[in-house]
Amino acid sequence: MAVTKHLFNFIQLLLTTLTLLLSSTVKAAVLEDDKVEVMYHSYEGGGMKIDGPAVLIRKKASESFAVSAFYYADTISSASVDVMSTASPYEEERDELNLGFEYLNNKTQMTLSLRQSEEDDYLAQSVSFNVSHDTFGDLTTVQLGISYGDDEVKRNGDDNFIAQTQSYRVRTGISQILTSNLIASFELEAIASNGFLNNPYRAVRFIDEESESGVGYQPEVYPETRNSLAGKLSLRYFLPWRAAVVLSYRGFKDSWDIQASDYEILFRQPIFTDWEFELKTRHYQQTQAEFYQDLYPYRNAQNYLARDKELSEFTDTTIGASLTYIVPKAYQPFDWPAEMSVQWDRIDFDYHNFRDTQQQAPIGEEPLYQFSADVIRVFASIYF
Amino acid sequence: MKRNMLKQLSSLFVNKLAIMVLLISCSAISGCSSIKPWVQPYERQNLADPIMSASRHGIAASHAAHVYEAREAARGAEGTGGGGCGCN
Repeated sequence: MAVTKHLFNFIQLLLTTLTLLLSSTVKAAVLEDDKVEVMYHSYEGGGMKIDGPAVLIRKKASESFAVSAFYYADTISSASVDVMSTASPYEEERDELNLGFEYLNNKTQMTLSLRQSEEDDYLAQSVSFNVSHDTFGDLTTVQLGISYGDDEVKRNGDDNFIAQTQSYRVRTGISQILTSNLIASFELEAIASNGFLNNPYRAVRFIDEESESGVGYQPEVYPETRNSLAGKLSLRYFLPWRAAVVLSYRGFKDSWDIQASDYEILFRQPIFTDWEFELKTRHYQQTQAEFYQDLYPYRNAQNYLARDKELSEFTDTTIGASLTYIVPKAYQPFDWPAEMSVQWDRIDFDYHNFRDTQQQAPIGEEPLYQFSADVIRVFASIYF
Repeated sequence: MKRNMLKQLSSLFVNKLAIMVLLISCSAISGCSSIKPWVQPYERQNLADPIMSASRHGIAASHAAHVYEAREAARGAEGTGGGGCGCN
């Protein structure tokens, strides 16, 4: 009952806040311009290649209502270190569809999003509702949002296996103009997940003296709940020679005892008349989940078992560059503003307690795993 | 099971979020009465420049966030949907 009371109080607080915001005397804002975005994306590294197209169409039905449709596809070819240790390389496809509905009332914008992602063995569906409001002479934007997701997990080759996962997200944020050149924003998001949270194909390894190889494998076992909290602070600053720098820091903590943080520095510089250049670097670090081990001493060594490298202790560093061409007015189709971009990111992953079992070495003394990935995005945007 | 999860969510985060929302609301609403906006609309031309946009590259930014979410344990506060990553 105490739980219900807490949630009821929180929802009541959200509604009260919204009522206060909506009742403010404000001048009208406007919805963003209609647009079409088309993208090709590619990720390659660690034995994986993932690529495919993405398309976003957004259209205003009136001055206060807009709809959007987003389609995203992945073609996945995987021979990653996880897969190669206990299974065979595989290929699969993922399709994602997202429908969005935006409603603007004075300076309050409400967005409802419906999302579905489908693979052979995974179906994810979610609904999100977000409210943002400009206030304080448009110096401040306040945001609130909730999401609910319901996923269905299957295992190829095992028709009897089916599991469910639910997730709840609550988020809030504020964006504040601090000076005529500086904007700060802060976002906080809590996520609660429940159900089958591990990968149905993954296995952990343990020392097995009865085995010829000296190593045995058994399926991973994760807790059925995971709660997390993340907070992100960002600063955007306009430099005197018309360039922008963006600094951001995010902190994260969850109920599996994982603590993580990342920071990013991005520099954006217009060059010549119609070009824009961007450079960024990002560094991420995390501690391991409390039940993670690279090598367990024996079978069923713990209640919970994980050898997922994403739950190990590791760092990754990104260096990225981007070039955008803004189509001059003389060449714009139907006088619609348009631009084209190419982005490249190199990400170096460095695992601190996940070993590369593809290397020949005594059990538990294999070299620590590390790999690099290249991420490429080529996209065009047309505003009409 | 669902009750346990909600209990943990409640005990861990709801109170923190409620305080956060309250603080934001106070600063956004009641704060307006004593403090006047200090950057006037005509002083915001630099902030309105497209290079200052938080979502300068729309779906490309979403893809970048998705790449990280699929390979890192941290999640949330990135404005992405999550789930069904096709990343294993």
